Amino acid sequence: MARAAIQGRLGDRLRWRTAEVEDRRTESGTATTLVLSVPDWPGHLAGQHVDVRLTAEDGYSTQRSYSIASVPDGEHLELTVQRIEDGEVSPYLVDTLLVGGLVEIRGPVGGWFVWQPEQAEPVLLVAGGSGIVPLMSMIRTRSSIGSRVPFRLLYSVRDPADRLYADELRKGSPGLDMTYVYTRVTPDGWPRPAGRVEPDDLARHGWPPDFEPTCYVCGPTGFVEKAAAYLVLLGHSPDRVRTERFG
Amino acid sequence: MPIISPGFHGRRPTDGKKLPPGQYETYDFPVLSTGPTPHVPLETWELAVVAEDGRRHTWDWAALQKLPMETPTVDLHCVTKWSKFDTEWRGVSLDVLLADVETAADFALVHSYGGYTTNLPLEDLLDGKAWIVHDYDGQELAPEHGGPARLLVPHLYLWKSAKWVRAIELRLDDEPGFWESAGYHNYGDPWQEQRYRGD
Ligand SMILES: Cc1cc2nc3c(=O)[nH]c(=O)nc-3n(C[C@H](O)[C@H](O)[C@H](O)COP(=O)(O)OP(=O)(O)OC[C@H]3O[C@@H](n4cnc5c(N)ncnc54)[C@H](O)[C@@H]3O)c2cc1C
Repeated sequence: MARAAIQGRLGDRLRWRTAEVEDRRTESGTATTLVLSVPDWPGHLAGQHVDVRLTAEDGYSTQRSYSIASVPDGEHLELTVQRIEDGEVSPYLVDTLLVGGLVEIRGPVGGWFVWQPEQAEPVLLVAGGSGIVPLMSMIRTRSSIGSRVPFRLLYSVRDPADRLYADELRKGSPGLDMTYVYTRVTPDGWPRPAGRVEPDDLARHGWPPDFEPTCYVCGPTGFVEKAAAYLVLLGHSPDRVRTERFG
Repeated sequence: MPIISPGFHGRRPTDGKKLPPGQYETYDFPVLSTGPTPHVPLETWELAVVAEDGRRHTWDWAALQKLPMETPTVDLHCVTKWSKFDTEWRGVSLDVLLADVETAADFALVHSYGGYTTNLPLEDLLDGKAWIVHDYDGQELAPEHGGPARLLVPHLYLWKSAKWVRAIELRLDDEPGFWESAGYHNYGDPWQEQRYRGD
């Protein structure tokens, strides 16, 4: 395993900043994108996350991590949050925090689960549910710089209503191949029956191991455990399988 | 001054338990690791302590099992913000493993199967503060949680408790490990909220 790269002005990245919600976009029945404006944002790499801190009136505070969905763009930053029923933080971000509201964030954090434009090898992205968020930043970054590095995306969701960024992904981008795996309900006439990701899906829609792709796997722990193990089983070197577990 | 979030009430831990700043209590056992879970067969498993002069002390699985076992019950604090109270482990105290090692080292660099590394001061491994554990909650430790055996250093953030531990290298100088070189705090005390370098 290579060492993760240090980058950026660390001291500057790690202070808490006040972020203002500039806009909100509904992505699905349970997920919302928050467009944040953060003065002096130091920039980020595709795949990194921020820490969000909420403080109650009596001073109690708690934090969660959220991946950055957007491409580096000055003071603007987008997070996509999936509401977890009974969650402490996500229902507040999805339902209560309105345009003009403030939260504290710091980051960007994480120097390993990132895609950098200098990388020339093919890329396989494997997303489970909201695990698409940091991978979308990679897809968007690739398009925004006109990179021709071949990308493949395998995106597992429960049913069609859960797809995030569906319109944007439908439009696609040259050199990006993508496939959905539906685990509960499929669209009408969908060739693959509903069911969890199997090694065969990764073999069929991923890259052959001898192309030496870098694989990025993100989602809930159970999903990441399985998908990463299948990739190794198919012959991908563990060094080239990077994972981010959302808990 | 922190920003107050109007309408945010939050959820505090129940029955008087104490949480380090910024953490929340969880009842399941989330996983943090950077890649696929390595599967290490017991037949070839080995733990080494390597002193600064290169001298190695090694234990295979059977030798480890013959050492005196302790059953620590500890709270875990992960830098990804969750804390888990009263977790029950079984394993060997580092005091036992390091008892016969001759060293002048002040630091340890811990190596895992799969290539992960993490560093900490040697004294944080001593005096009943750290174990090599192989049972969790009365069961064999599952691979995704670090089985067959992991380091357990509960007074520091959990990334210091290297999963799939393979070797403890004793060093005169402090060499940053995987997350430490990626900008995480060199020491990682949850009560000081030492998440990232500079905290
Ligand atoms: C590096 C990193 C990046 C992340 N990026 C994103 C992101 O881009 N978008 C996003 O929506 N989330 C992301 N998460 C997850 C996020 O940090 C929170 O864990 C999540 O929003 C739940 O927080 P909560 O306070 O609402 O629920 P909690 O109060 O923490 O949990 C309530 C209950 O839900 C369970 N639970 C917690 N998380 C999940 C989950 N992901 N799926 C199902 N059940 C869960 C808990 O075990 C608990 O039982 C990321 C996590 C990490 C570590």
